[in-house]
Amino acid sequence: MENNHQNKEEKRTIGRRDIVMGLAALPVLGAFWASASAKKKSDESLKESILKELNVEAAPPPTSGSMAGDPIGIGIIGFGIRGEQLLRAAGFATQEWKDRMKESALKNPKDTRLKDFMDQENLNIEVRGVCDVFDVRAQSAKDAGTREGKAPTVYAHYEEMLASPDIDAVIIATPDHWHAPMAIAALQAGKHVYVEKCMTHKIQETYDLYNAVKNTGKVLQVGHQHRQTQSFLTAQDIIKKNVLGHVSLIQTNTNRNSDNGAWQYHIHEKANPQTIDWQQFLGNAPVIPFNKEHFFRWRKWWAYGTGLTGDLLTHDYDRINCILQMGIPTSVMTSGGIYTHRDGREVPDVLQVVMEYPEYTSGTSQEPGKEKGMTFVYSATLGNQYNRQSLLMGHDATMELGNTLMVYADPRSTRYKDMLEAETINPGTPMYAYDPRSKGVDAVTGATAQYFANKGLMYTYRDGKRVDSTFLHIREWLSCIRHGGEPSCGIEEGFQEAISAHMSTLSYRFGRRIEWDPVNRVIKDLENIDLEAVGMV
Amino acid sequence: METTSVRSKNLMYSNGQLTLLVILRMLIGWHFLYEGVVKLWNPNWSAGGYLLDSKGAFSGMFYAMAGDPGILKVVDFLNIWGLILIGLALILGLFTRLATVGGIILLAFYYLSHPALIGVDYALPTEGSYLIVNKNLIELFALAVLFVFPTGRIVGIDRLIALWRKKPQPEAVQENVKTKETISA
Repeated sequence: MENNHQNKEEKRTIGRRDIVMGLAALPVLGAFWASASAKKKSDESLKESILKELNVEAAPPPTSGSMAGDPIGIGIIGFGIRGEQLLRAAGFATQEWKDRMKESALKNPKDTRLKDFMDQENLNIEVRGVCDVFDVRAQSAKDAGTREGKAPTVYAHYEEMLASPDIDAVIIATPDHWHAPMAIAALQAGKHVYVEKCMTHKIQETYDLYNAVKNTGKVLQVGHQHRQTQSFLTAQDIIKKNVLGHVSLIQTNTNRNSDNGAWQYHIHEKANPQTIDWQQFLGNAPVIPFNKEHFFRWRKWWAYGTGLTGDLLTHDYDRINCILQMGIPTSVMTSGGIYTHRDGREVPDVLQVVMEYPEYTSGTSQEPGKEKGMTFVYSATLGNQYNRQSLLMGHDATMELGNTLMVYADPRSTRYKDMLEAETINPGTPMYAYDPRSKGVDAVTGATAQYFANKGLMYTYRDGKRVDSTFLHIREWLSCIRHGGEPSCGIEEGFQEAISAHMSTLSYRFGRRIEWDPVNRVIKDLENIDLEAVGMV
Repeated sequence: METTSVRSKNLMYSNGQLTLLVILRMLIGWHFLYEGVVKLWNPNWSAGGYLLDSKGAFSGMFYAMAGDPGILKVVDFLNIWGLILIGLALILGLFTRLATVGGIILLAFYYLSHPALIGVDYALPTEGSYLIVNKNLIELFALAVLFVFPTGRIVGIDRLIALWRKKPQPEAVQENVKTKETISA
């Protein structure tokens, strides 16, 4: 039977019916093409009409210069949690960390930290000196800094390191009360400085460090690596193009709910008066007997740390200052308390800082003179980690700021009134979304972009590739050392950061409004504030 | 009943069966084609986010695909062009069996990367609630149905190819014999 059919088939030629049946799908393809093109055109015209209106340029920041030439000799002072991170970002990790990451990557293929570290560009630096008052950490730093069998010198005192001609530049990652004394001494010894935030611990130090940078001409970078986050450049352009209209309120937050987040750091089992140079740790702090709690959890005491204001407000303040350049506030009011970790600490764990900028304006879409002035709010708790986004709230739109950037039109906007009426834009959907992971911009986005927006700030992106922002920040500092130029978080930015933080601290500690005199660049009425009483002289 | 039927290999289809099978084939083809074209038109599209959202027994493999930029590029390329070519082939009835198998493989990857298991939630995609069975699995089985009820050599370019090739081997030649002349496609 099959063969019969076969024979029949062989005799057949292609007829009209075969052509019709064979090509029956062509009209379907035609319909597909017509409808797909129409859909594409409609999506694009919507996107273009919004992008044209907003005219935002999503530009990546310029890359810092070449790392070629003679290697730069680096000294690191302080190899605690942050010091280790900084040295690693610069290309030097401890063997212990590498082993741990290797193990972690085997367990979880998503963990690419070791691979990212290995793939990182060589910054052409040599770690020539390490210094930590805790011997165990000094040895770890030595281990991390050793390359090709060449180990860095371990210095017992930072001043010995600064005296060494081998050292061209130092990274300072000590407790806050040591930042300025070390940074000033380093600059005066002709070294370039990368110093962690808060840049200073006391008000006068801020001026002294400012003058030291100006007088020596050395490169100082303050450790606000957020400055390298690609979305902030786009955010700057959004402000410049007046996309948000008049920004009257900025909301930034810290939300943490862990002991580690509340500075209950691990107390090392080998810590004792023999392994820790307690006198050197104390420095200008009040003399007290050896105390492990104070040594490892120094952020909890005013004598060494700056609390929430210096540790975390500074990050949020600097992120916004990077976009708006609003500078030091006219006045600051702070309140808060110790409500979540009643463990004998001095610094508050719930804090609200309200900074006033009555003269600041980011732009307006309404009649001139109607809008002026802005409030910056920093709200923090160490007892809850609900993710509150940073918001810049303008008359025309709200910007949600993270690694990804979202702009939502305000339903009562003046600028977008017509587009809102025409339903070209919808206040519930971002009218502009910028994700530096992708190569371009995407206006009118959906749930996917929303999902990614909530991801961390640990990394930023260059050409769609994930990069450690601390690495970029250190690279920029090294580039300025090699080729000149101003680092993105230099002494001017650091001065504004430190003074704003100190004003917030003073307000909390004295329960009063603290005001700034922009002409004389001084905190008003400081002579009537008993700085001695709070250890801020 | 026998008045309107066509033969494909040793299968006999009524006109209604044939029409619905061809429509199903074209709908799935349309879906594949548009999913591919949309990704092709979006220069920033990448499967990376979707792969990293993978869960279940095979997630390690999908993370590995997303983890290496070189591999991810290849995955993106194969996915886009796989979708487009399979879509076109299903609509046109061109190499229909091959396209059906290709579609089943692609859908199996999608299903395995995001199995609708108990206690597993996904960020992507964001629509629907499923228990074990999801739309990928249904589309996969719809293609499996089309695999055992092929139509490409009746309505499709495969018909012309078969007639044109006229190979002597009986298996290779598709029989598109009308049993009655009353059939009108």
